[in-house]
Amino acid sequence: MKPLSIIVNGIIRQNPTFVLILGMCPTLGTTSSALTGMSMGLATLFVLICSNTVISALKSVVPDAVRIPVFIVVIATFVTVLQMVMQAWLPGLYAALGIFIPLIVVNCILLGRAESFASKNGVLASALDGVGIGLGFTAALTIIGSVRELLGAGAVFGLRVYPDSYAPLVFVLAPGAFIALGFIIAAFNRLTNKA
Amino acid sequence: MKSSLRNMVLSLGCVSIAVAGLLAAVNSLTADRIALNASMAETEAVATVMPRFANNPMADTLTVDGCRIYPGRVDGRLTGAAVLVTTNEGFSGPLTIMVGFDAEGGLTDYSILESTETPGLGDKAAEWFRDPEGRHSVIGSRDELTVTKDGGNIDGITAATITSRAFLGAVNRARAAFLKFSKQDNTAS
Amino acid sequence: MIIFSPSPHIHTRRTAAGAMMHVIIALLPAAFAAAWFFGLPAIGVMLVSVTACVAFEYLIARFVLGRRRAERPSLIAAALTGLLLTLNVPAGLPWWTVLVGALFAIGVAKMAFGGLGCNIFNPAIAARVFLLISFPALMTVWPVPGSGFEAVADGLTGATPLEALKKFGAADDFSMFCTPGEMFMGSIGGSLGEVSALALLIGFVYLLAVRVISWHIPVAIIATVAALDLLVGARVVPNLLGGGLLLGAIFMATDYVTSPMTRRGMLIYGVLIGVVTVVIRQWGAYPEGMSFAILLGNGLTPLINRWCRPVRFGKLQKEDAV
Repeated sequence: MKPLSIIVNGIIRQNPTFVLILGMCPTLGTTSSALTGMSMGLATLFVLICSNTVISALKSVVPDAVRIPVFIVVIATFVTVLQMVMQAWLPGLYAALGIFIPLIVVNCILLGRAESFASKNGVLASALDGVGIGLGFTAALTIIGSVRELLGAGAVFGLRVYPDSYAPLVFVLAPGAFIALGFIIAAFNRLTNKA
Repeated sequence: MKSSLRNMVLSLGCVSIAVAGLLAAVNSLTADRIALNASMAETEAVATVMPRFANNPMADTLTVDGCRIYPGRVDGRLTGAAVLVTTNEGFSGPLTIMVGFDAEGGLTDYSILESTETPGLGDKAAEWFRDPEGRHSVIGSRDELTVTKDGGNIDGITAATITSRAFLGAVNRARAAFLKFSKQDNTAS
Repeated sequence: MIIFSPSPHIHTRRTAAGAMMHVIIALLPAAFAAAWFFGLPAIGVMLVSVTACVAFEYLIARFVLGRRRAERPSLIAAALTGLLLTLNVPAGLPWWTVLVGALFAIGVAKMAFGGLGCNIFNPAIAARVFLLISFPALMTVWPVPGSGFEAVADGLTGATPLEALKKFGAADDFSMFCTPGEMFMGSIGGSLGEVSALALLIGFVYLLAVRVISWHIPVAIIATVAALDLLVGARVVPNLLGGGLLLGAIFMATDYVTSPMTRRGMLIYGVLIGVVTVVIRQWGAYPEGMSFAILLGNGLTPLINRWCRPVRFGKLQKEDAV
């Protein structure tokens, strides 16, 4: 596969959120605003690139029977690194994302890409797959976060669009996450099927 | 690679050792900063809510009735205190507030350190109770506080009465703890 | 709307549209009472909501789903949804909030699931809960009832009986707040359609008489609430007459599409709604739990239907076989 097509594949054709429907926990939990959604996407992007690269490099020296434990150890390491770095230099953002940062470990996108892509492809391709899927995830979370923030708080990235007394609060709460996600997936499928 | 026991132990072992090294390195780089961040958040909250002080309030903290008190002094005389109080009466989890008092027990300022209140409703508490408009503000108050809905003197946050009650309840507890402390402090000195 | 039941089926001239017209007629006393106690604002809210629901139904069917035309029964159903929605909101609700609620009822709770007969949740109840969570401040401002089609002049607001109950508990102060007679006639604070128990009961008798609903669901709900209130020592009469209990039990929980098909299923469903309502009222953060209880009941309806599948004709029931 060409490098560009691997990236585009991750963003559109195999978008982790809208097409594969993976990683729903952070998707629903961190998209109450555009900023937190995007930050979560970028955090996952970082871990995904690192874990895909390392796992692809290790694939020939890891016996089949213990590959899952090795994948998990690698993923957990990068998540912990990310956690410590964020706690040290971005404490505000770390507090906002809270439990969802350590929970990246159990995000099935990471193990899914490790198992279905990185353990079968070269290092460069795996890194690019990490970029593509990570960007797809980031884009999805940013879109969902923007829609929820716009509807539920009357703003996008904190910029006021209309007074928040007119905004249906439910969209920044948990039930609104499900409703917004459903409609956005429907719209995404409609747009991509036509093309 | 073949999944023999030797191979499996070796590969998992090597990966674990490499990973442990990496984590140790990152930890040594970040540990100081993380600790600094945590103590800074506390110091900052104490400094913002408290009236003037010349000592280091972090040094002689003590706990009264479940509230943590950071006394502020000028020339050894008590000028007020910051009181850290946590309540479980909130809408969806614990609510931790730092409340500042002057020597007479008048409320100088507050800061919400931890809150799981509903976004857009209960989390307005961070600004609501210092807003001079209406009868929201608790700044400068000296008495027991209750929401107007319960026949009190402070307007609760619209549609977030439970959070408002929890907040005012916590403030009352903080004040009671502070008054108890300042009385002891006066008799001691 | 499709009425499922085991065969044999009888062919009659009764249609889904006809059944819904009966429900609308049965709601007229409650609508009249709402207009009587809350005056012009109430009438305004009702007009906006019914018009908006029918308009959204038509527009979504034509332009979003791309159907050639909107079927007459679905338009009548939309009008019914609109009427039920306004009966579930306070009189002073701003018109734009009503519009948002109507859009949610028709667009999200109904059409997104495939339109008439396919929705899992009662659209009007779903929209009420949506509004309650989205605009909690607006949805809990209760105008004090006036009379004779006139609202109280200076826009006075007060508490509903259930809010008062939550505050006073079983204390005697509640008797000062309102009498059972006032609650029965409807001169109390509350949503448009829930205040007058008398008007709702007239509608109930009418629906039973024209056989649009059976007694099972409403009676199961009301009896469960009464029994549980006795058990936990809550005030029974205000709990039965106050809040959305009667409106919900008679008109919302009995919606064909979202309630169980068999009699046994209906009784289980009713008891379930009653239990959840009492639990929320007694121990929950909200003073009223009827709408949440109905939504939960709606969600469990497919399971109840599976559990209470009727025995096939000709097959012996287990008890008989023993």
